[in-house]
Amino acid sequence: MKCRKCPQRAVLGMPRHNTAFCGPCLTEFIRTQVQKAIKAQAMFSPDDRILVAVSGGKDSLTLWEILLKLGYRADALYVDLGITGYSERSHEKVERFARDVAKSCGSKLIVHTVEEDAGAGIKELATLVKRPTCSTCGTIKRYQFNRVAWENKYDVMSTGHNLDDEAARLLGNVLQWQEEYLQKQSPTLPASVEGFAKKVKPLYRMTEREIAAYAVVNRIDYLVEECPMAKGAKMLVYKDVLNRLEMESPGTKHRFYYGFLEKQKNAAASSNHSMTDIDQSTLLPCETCGQPTTAGTCSFCRMMTRAKNPTR
Amino acid sequence: MKIHLSHPTRDIELQGPKRVADIFKELQLIPEAFLIIRGQDLMTEDEIVADGDSIEVRPVISGG
Repeated sequence: MKCRKCPQRAVLGMPRHNTAFCGPCLTEFIRTQVQKAIKAQAMFSPDDRILVAVSGGKDSLTLWEILLKLGYRADALYVDLGITGYSERSHEKVERFARDVAKSCGSKLIVHTVEEDAGAGIKELATLVKRPTCSTCGTIKRYQFNRVAWENKYDVMSTGHNLDDEAARLLGNVLQWQEEYLQKQSPTLPASVEGFAKKVKPLYRMTEREIAAYAVVNRIDYLVEECPMAKGAKMLVYKDVLNRLEMESPGTKHRFYYGFLEKQKNAAASSNHSMTDIDQSTLLPCETCGQPTTAGTCSFCRMMTRAKNPTR
Repeated sequence: MKIHLSHPTRDIELQGPKRVADIFKELQLIPEAFLIIRGQDLMTEDEIVADGDSIEVRPVISGG
């Protein structure tokens, strides 16, 4: 298979675009797609300070690398979940990238350790608060990413969610008709109230396979191993179903998620209430930490209270 | 040929030469969820893996 842009051997076929690229052309294509996403969704400008949430996996390290190569001012935050073995290995990948790639761009890594807050790693914490591990992890990560971005005055917080993540999440929300979650499923979420950082997903145009290929081509040393807590996760089932559809009809994931974004845009244009209006009318500062919440005390602070008083 | 797989980590052997597309079929894997890597290089589905080659079938799907 030849590259469609030059005479070189292709390294990746992309059936959804009916094309194939060699390494350098794939790199150029993906960086261009990320730049298009940033512009199309008004994510940030070259002057903004960006905080990238990194896990040591392909998506977040690739996102950090691309933002630095495109000349953006991007630091990163790693949340150490305290999962024996896995967290040490993922932390090592992130530290290595920070040292070998990011440092020379003037970029720094911030590390937050769950055990410092909770006195236990994520698995033990989930048991203490009687919640599924992935849900406990999600609450902690969302809270800490927002807190660190807000307290350190970053203009925007960026995650490595890709097209597969967004299409699978959309499928899950539609299957359960969780309409309140659909509204929040946008590649850009505004800093709608005091205490909320703006949140963006610059990789939403790229599939997991395309991102992994970029990482291999550009020698990004990421952790291939899956989080042991994710075994049996619903998201993996949704992704598998979507990939089977994708094989039958290339572009299915793309059409599903992009079609949703188009409908969301049209709905927003005809609505009298923006997401910012809704957030401002429903969110108040948490009584314990001050971060915005719909309840008196936010879910993170309730969880920490339960973890420290497990019999309550 | 030697094939390294992940989730769970294991090594298997298949008789070569074979096209990458046929390796996917034989292992009953969805190409959209994997990359084939020989040495440090990606391989496309039309390429041939020789009998003496070692390749990695790397999953690209994460729990997200």
